[in-house]
Parts: sequence; C-alpha cells; structure tokens
Amino acid sequence: MTLLIGSIELGLLYGILALGVYITFRILNIPDLTVEGSFVLGMATTALFTQGGSPVLGLVAALVAGAAAGICTGLLQTKLMINPILSGIIVMTGLYTVNLGVMGGKANLSILGNETIFSILGNRTLLALAIAVSMALVAGIFFKTRTGLAIRGTGDNEEMIRASAFDADRMKCIALAMGNALVALSGGLIAQYQLFSDVGSGTGIVVIGLASVIIGEVLLGKRGVTFGLFTAIGGSIIYRVIIAFALKVDLFPPYALKLISAIVVMAALSGPYLKKTYRGRSRRDKRRMEAGGKGRLRIEPEGGKG
Amino acid sequence: MKKMLAAIMAGVVAMVVLTGCTAPGEAKENERYRIGIVQPVDHPSLNRSRDSMVEELERLGMGDRIEITMQNANGDMSLLQSIMQNLIGERVDMIVAIATPAAQAALSSTSDIPIVFAAVSNPVEAGLVKDPSRPEGNVTGVSNSIPVEDIIELSKVLTPDVKTYGFLYNSSEINSAASIDNTKEYCDREGIPYREVSITSTADIQQAVSSLVGQVDALFTPNDNMVASAMATYSQVATEAGIPIYVGADSMVADGGLATVGIDYNLLGEQTGRMIARIIDGESIGENPVETVSEYANVINVGIADKLGVRIPEELQNDFVTVGK
Repeated sequence: MTLLIGSIELGLLYGILALGVYITFRILNIPDLTVEGSFVLGMATTALFTQGGSPVLGLVAALVAGAAAGICTGLLQTKLMINPILSGIIVMTGLYTVNLGVMGGKANLSILGNETIFSILGNRTLLALAIAVSMALVAGIFFKTRTGLAIRGTGDNEEMIRASAFDADRMKCIALAMGNALVALSGGLIAQYQLFSDVGSGTGIVVIGLASVIIGEVLLGKRGVTFGLFTAIGGSIIYRVIIAFALKVDLFPPYALKLISAIVVMAALSGPYLKKTYRGRSRRDKRRMEAGGKGRLRIEPEGGKG
Repeated sequence: MKKMLAAIMAGVVAMVVLTGCTAPGEAKENERYRIGIVQPVDHPSLNRSRDSMVEELERLGMGDRIEITMQNANGDMSLLQSIMQNLIGERVDMIVAIATPAAQAALSSTSDIPIVFAAVSNPVEAGLVKDPSRPEGNVTGVSNSIPVEDIIELSKVLTPDVKTYGFLYNSSEINSAASIDNTKEYCDREGIPYREVSITSTADIQQAVSSLVGQVDALFTPNDNMVASAMATYSQVATEAGIPIYVGADSMVADGGLATVGIDYNLLGEQTGRMIARIIDGESIGENPVETVSEYANVINVGIADKLGVRIPEELQNDFVTVGK
C-alpha cells in the first residue's frame, strides 16, 4: 500500500513534468531537451529557498527560473536560428554549471529536517493531486485564450500563424517558458518530497517525460488539448505504477529493473493496438457473415473533435 | 476521461492485489530479519562494498537468520523513492543504503525503520545525522572520507620533486567534491600550489588530463566513481606525459594510479556488515555512532612506478601492498 500511494504521489508530481513536456513536444511540436537542465534548476532553486525556510517561495522561484531557462532556449531558436534540438542541448549543458552554482558548488543539497510544503500541509497525496490538477487546468484554460490558440497554431502550421500577423517567434518563446517553468516546478516539488536536490537527477528525465506523454495518449486516448494535458498526468501515474510493478517482480537480479520496466511499457503501449486490430477483424468477419457477404451497409460517422 | 479513470483503477487494483498477497501472509511464516540493500547505480566499488558486506554477515553466522532483498536504481535517481516505498511496504526490518542519495531517499521515506548507510563521505552535510558521535534518529552507518593529508604526504615521499598538484574529479559527485574541498583546504594551509579540473562524463577525461599536462607535476583524484571507471584512459595519458596519479581508492591503483592511502571497499563493506550484525542482535541505533573507515589500504602500482622512473623507498616497502607487476 505504501508503494501504491507513493507511486501515485510520485506520478502526480512527475506528472507536472509531463505537462511541461506535453506543451513543448505535442503542442509546440518541438522536442525540447532543456528539460534535463531545467528540472534540476527547479530542484536546486527550491532546495536553496527551503533551506532558508521559505518552501513556498522556493516553488515560485523554481517556476521563474524554469521560465527563464525556456526563454533562453526560445531565443537561441528564434533569434540566433540555432536548430531546436541543439538549442535545448546548449541550454541544458550550460544549466549544469548554473545548477551547481545555485547549490553553492555542491553536487548534493540536503533539506532533511527543513520545513517543506508537504510537512506544512500534512497530506502529501491530496497536495500532489491539487497541484497537478490545478496546473493542468490553468494550462488548459490558457490554451483556449487568444495567445494560447496562437501557440497551438504555431505548432500546427507556423506559416499560417505568421500570415495571420502573429509573432510566431514570441509564441515559441512563451510556450518554451511555460513548459520549462512547469518542469522546474516538478523538480522543486520532487526536491521537497525526497528532501534533497542532486545535480545528477536530470539524467534521463526527458525520456521519463516523453514516456509519460505517450503512455497517456495511447492508453487514455487522444482528444483535444485540455484532455491531452490530463492524459500526460495520467500517463505519468501509469508509468510510476509500472515501475512499482517492476520493483515487485523479484524473480530477476536487481540490475534487471530497467529491462523489466521497458518490457512492461512496451506491452502496455502495444496492447491497445493489438486489441484493436484483433477486435476490428473479428467484428468485420461477423458483420460480413450477417450481411451475407454483401459487405458493409453503411459508413459509420467518425467520432472525435479537434 | 472514463477511459483514463478505468486505466488508473486497473493499475490500482493490480497493485492492491500484488501488495495484498505478499504483505501479511509472508511475515508470519518467515521469522527472519529482513534487510533491504539499496544502491543508486552499479559501480565496481559500490558493488564490492555491498558484496563484502553480505559476505561478512554470512561469516558472522547471520546467514540463516536474515533475508536480503537487493534493489538497484539502475542509475535513475527518480527510482530511489519508489524503491524505498516498496521496501517499506514490504515491512523490511532494516534498510541498508549505499551512497549518499540512497541514504537521503531512505531517510525521507521512513523515520522508524533503522537505516544503516555505507559509502557516504560526509553524513553531516548530507543531512543524515546532526552529530555523528550520537545519532538521534533512525540512521547510522560507516562513512568513508579519505585521509587526504596522508596521500599528499605519501606523494612527497614517492615523488619529492612535485611542486604543483592537479586535481581531477567529477563535479556531480558529492563524495568527490567533498574530498577535493578538504584537499584544497590542506594545500592552502601548507602553501602547496594546485590547479583543478572537473569533468562531467568519462568522455571528458582525456582532454581534462591533457589540459593539465605541463602545468602540474602530479595528479590527485579522490574516490571518484566516474573517474574510477575510466582509470585506463586517465593513466595512459598521464603516464605518457610522465605525471604520477595519486588516488583515493585501492581499485584505482590497480587500474593505473601510482599509489594511495585510500578506501578499501572490502574493508568498508566488512565494517558495515559488523555494524548491521550488532543492530540485528539488539543494539539500538543510538548505541552505534557513525563510524569512519578504520583501516585504509596502502597500495603502490610498481608497473606504473617503473614507467615513471619512481623509486620506492625501502621504508615503504613493508607497509604497502604492491600491484601491477
């Protein structure tokens, strides 16, 4: 039970990371690698403030710092015309030093014994749920505003947005700032949850974010942006539960953990497709038999909206 | 939305079934003391201290009284929390945490299950204990700070002409950075000049060493996990340039360093094993102050010494283990 509740809590907190990745990867259509740096930036900033006794301010600072990192990547892309992936790599690389600097040159900053938002408010699960849901709601509402719609347009068809007299470069910067702010917030929350910040925590975090987004899409369905934001969080929870499952399987040596989680993720992702093809075929066969070989009688209206 | 709820519910049900069938039943039929050993990543020295810890427990006759679960985060920091929650859910009697992040994750997850750490350089700075001589909470263990002064003294005996030292280490390892801080403090006090270069991946080593060639007379690297796994490259570049490397762990001498007064991870594991055994036998955490590694490994690589033209003084020959013939 501890593991299950813990996995859901971690899933919600890393779900905010997935929200950020969803915004850059799905809405803006840019695979943003800044995330590896901005996640730790959020951890480091929050840890510093938490040590000083202001955990809430620390989270606000994480949001601001993350947004600044995102704007850097945006400016490299739009003003200096550097390839989007490379822009992310450049900022991520630079952030390594910034992160160590924020932590006073130390690779690991402990906040054990300090007050955190989790210790102040008591219920970790409810708090994680409240923050994750409210972030998704705020982002969902934002993407329905004029600017939000312009950002979605930039991701879909940049030329069209430029032709409509929108500043596509600005839209990219805003989206990258938002995405990385959320990623840093997730880092900050994780730091307060695990009570330390370690400069090595960013390694592989992009993969975790992407995996959550895609697991969410495949298992929970694709429908509109607001729904998509919630599926990113859902995907993150499922990803953590999968890891919990891999941890439970103790038939294999401890170093097999990654392989087990890879196989379970693969099974989870391919499941719906295999089920659909299998079901689709059997239903068609049945219908063909009922119709006496005359084929399909009517075209079913396709469901789904933008 | 319905689908999402359904999928999450399915996961929840699966987990309840999984946890439900392991927790209560097993505890009754099984009276053994259950230990969860957690390490963040597979690494030669961490694995060695883990294995010798287990061997020491066997040697002390604990073999049939304990049941060990080993967990490894496979290098993914985000997994440490889940691993701890899993162990707590399985109601282990003790968590053994190898390396700083594992110990911190353990302590942030439980305040009542005893935690014994190993291979933590600075447990106070890591926030694990306030006073190492009197652990108050549920944590104690064996720390492994290296005797920096002894290593510099050794270098003065082996290579008396050395004036400037070059420090090479991984800036993302807290244990390494802490040892470097101690070394710098010592050098500042003694007026020894030094230069430092930090790396962030094993790919940087060759260039980092090359950048120091011509500027320093000897290199020093503490018990740094990343550098330890690339000793071959490190040693090749430095030895070709005629620069001796002093290191913080015995394995690093075997892999191409010149000499050390450093951590023997077997001894570290054995010492931790003995502490674990005492706690199993009923001693409390408070009765077991944090220990530092009590014995160091004195090792010289004679093959490297030959290449560098370093003569090993007779008074050292009895105290030092030689490798690399």
